[in-house]
Amino acid sequence: YPAFSLSDVIIYFFLCLVKVNSTFWELPETHQLLRQTCRDYADRELMPIAAKLDKEHVFPAKQIHELGAMGVMAMEVPEELGGAGMDYLAYSLAMEEISRGCASTGVVVSVNNSLYIGPILKFGTVEQKKQWIAPFTTGEKVGCFALSEPGNGSDAGAASTLARQEGDQWVLNGTKAWITNSWDASATVVFATTDKKLKHKGISAFLVPMPHPGLSLGKKEDKLGIRASSTANIILEDCRIPLENMLGPRGAGFRIAMQTLDSGRIGIAAQALGIAQAALDCAADYAHKRTAFGAPIGKLQAIQFKLADMAVAVESARLLTWKAAILKDSNKPFIKEAAMAKLAASEAATFCSHQAIQVLGGMGYVTDMPAERHYRDARITEIYEGTSEIQRLVIAGQLLKEYQS
Amino acid sequence: MHSNRYCNRIIVLPFSVLLEIRVKPDNSGVVTDGVKHSMNPFCEIAVEEAVKLKEKKLIKEVVAVSCGPQQSQETIRTALAMGADRGIHVEVAGKDYETLGPLQVSKIMAALAKKEDAQLIILGKQAIDDDCNQTGQMTAALLDWPQGTFASEVSLDGDKVKVVREIDGGLETIKISTPAVLTADLRLNTPRYATLPNIMKAKKKKIANVKPADLGVDLTSRLEVLKVEEPPQRQAGVKVETVEDLVGKLKETGRI
Repeated sequence: YPAFSLSDVIIYFFLCLVKVNSTFWELPETHQLLRQTCRDYADRELMPIAAKLDKEHVFPAKQIHELGAMGVMAMEVPEELGGAGMDYLAYSLAMEEISRGCASTGVVVSVNNSLYIGPILKFGTVEQKKQWIAPFTTGEKVGCFALSEPGNGSDAGAASTLARQEGDQWVLNGTKAWITNSWDASATVVFATTDKKLKHKGISAFLVPMPHPGLSLGKKEDKLGIRASSTANIILEDCRIPLENMLGPRGAGFRIAMQTLDSGRIGIAAQALGIAQAALDCAADYAHKRTAFGAPIGKLQAIQFKLADMAVAVESARLLTWKAAILKDSNKPFIKEAAMAKLAASEAATFCSHQAIQVLGGMGYVTDMPAERHYRDARITEIYEGTSEIQRLVIAGQLLKEYQS
Repeated sequence: MHSNRYCNRIIVLPFSVLLEIRVKPDNSGVVTDGVKHSMNPFCEIAVEEAVKLKEKKLIKEVVAVSCGPQQSQETIRTALAMGADRGIHVEVAGKDYETLGPLQVSKIMAALAKKEDAQLIILGKQAIDDDCNQTGQMTAALLDWPQGTFASEVSLDGDKVKVVREIDGGLETIKISTPAVLTADLRLNTPRYATLPNIMKAKKKKIANVKPADLGVDLTSRLEVLKVEEPPQRQAGVKVETVEDLVGKLKETGRI
């Protein structure tokens, strides 16, 4: 089979067109400036408070406002609607830098961008975009995405939340589980079954404002990590919404959810990269400073091998993430690459944060150093927006299609 | 002279400074190869002030100037992303860059100010890598313009500028005529983060390339750096039992 795939050649041309004199992997200048801006913001405004946000489970409202003012809360949204009008590569770079500062802030940004605004941007009417996107670009309001239920996570096709039509309203009933941003959101995209007989083709998507009569929130989950972001059940009891609140065509809900998650994966991969990089930074810095056996521990091969493995894990996941983002931006198929990126990055995050604690030894186990927080924050990246097992199924599915004769 | 009541053009000079300084092994200077540069914090404040004045519609154009090697262009781009209208990169590289000091920079600024017909020059009060605190003052002297240094508050009033300066004794308020040179102190403002739409717009803004020779500036340094050393390593302290012991120890080490 060919040594380069068509997508490799396309990326090479894309990067060539973008900056003629650069080396193969140099980012375009605007993207470099964007990355530096987000890094400066994360270093100055997020890193110093991340431990406190985590300890006190506090939603970073002020920082979300500031990120909104910078355009980070709606990166793909066109400028007419109040967004930054940038591409997915820019979004991935911003997500990595923000998450490197504070993983919780990163997930709030990611859910708003990919899971809430994403489907409305793609499937919404002009009116819906004005009403449901424009107010959510400034950081004043954030949205959330309600797909999972207590009875089904990976098994998204089995949605038991029901929607029935009554006159000029939809009436929603059911419970959604594990909804990020729920306690801080002003709107949600909800998936409910409109035609049970059609099974997963009978699921539709709806836009529901929050708060709203008939919509209530369960208790805030007490999580291992990303504690500054709220996670809770959303309970719908005869929740009534106007007919025009349906997003996309009737029965398209499952398709909308899957496509949304395919893109959201790239954002979460970038979040995992940020956590992995933060863990690597922590470990490498410690290796310089901590002395044992008469020298900095960075001189010891055992530590060097760990750092090398961490660096390879992060860099390879990063390149996969960038590739997925560039493919998406070029309107090329990207489902396999996005799943690969999310899988690689989340496993890199858990690996790097695990090894970072190991490098720090006892210091890695206490809250004085951020290593333990990275360990706790990293764990969820292998679970949400498609578990690592689901990613493997997606990758295998796409891969086998390529080999079909 | 201008009959126009309002200032037309401000030049800001964002300087890039080195992060993570290490002294060269031969003590001739600090390591500059491969060290990350970023915009001097006081210069960020200067750029922010210029952009704010433009937003208040008191001035028409903000030009960002930086002197240095290729990397200086990044600093100019950051200034453009914050809201400056165009940039001028004065190319100074290699040996010339190593010996580039406040006097040469002020000569360059003075030449540019005349060429660009600027009414206001705003700089950071000092660069955090060399802490000279001279460029603003020297530029004003070369141009024979009034100066408002260590500014913590700036307000334009017709063709005059009211500057509140932070001095050792407290705050001093002065009123100077334009054209003038101002240097920004810490409390002048809080610089904004560039918004992403502005970063995109900055791509389209122009950066002109200029050589010091084109401005008629001679870059030879009047100073020769003899030696650069790290500060002495902090020694461990000594505990003493009584006040008499303390006085004795102080006398012993020649402190009193």
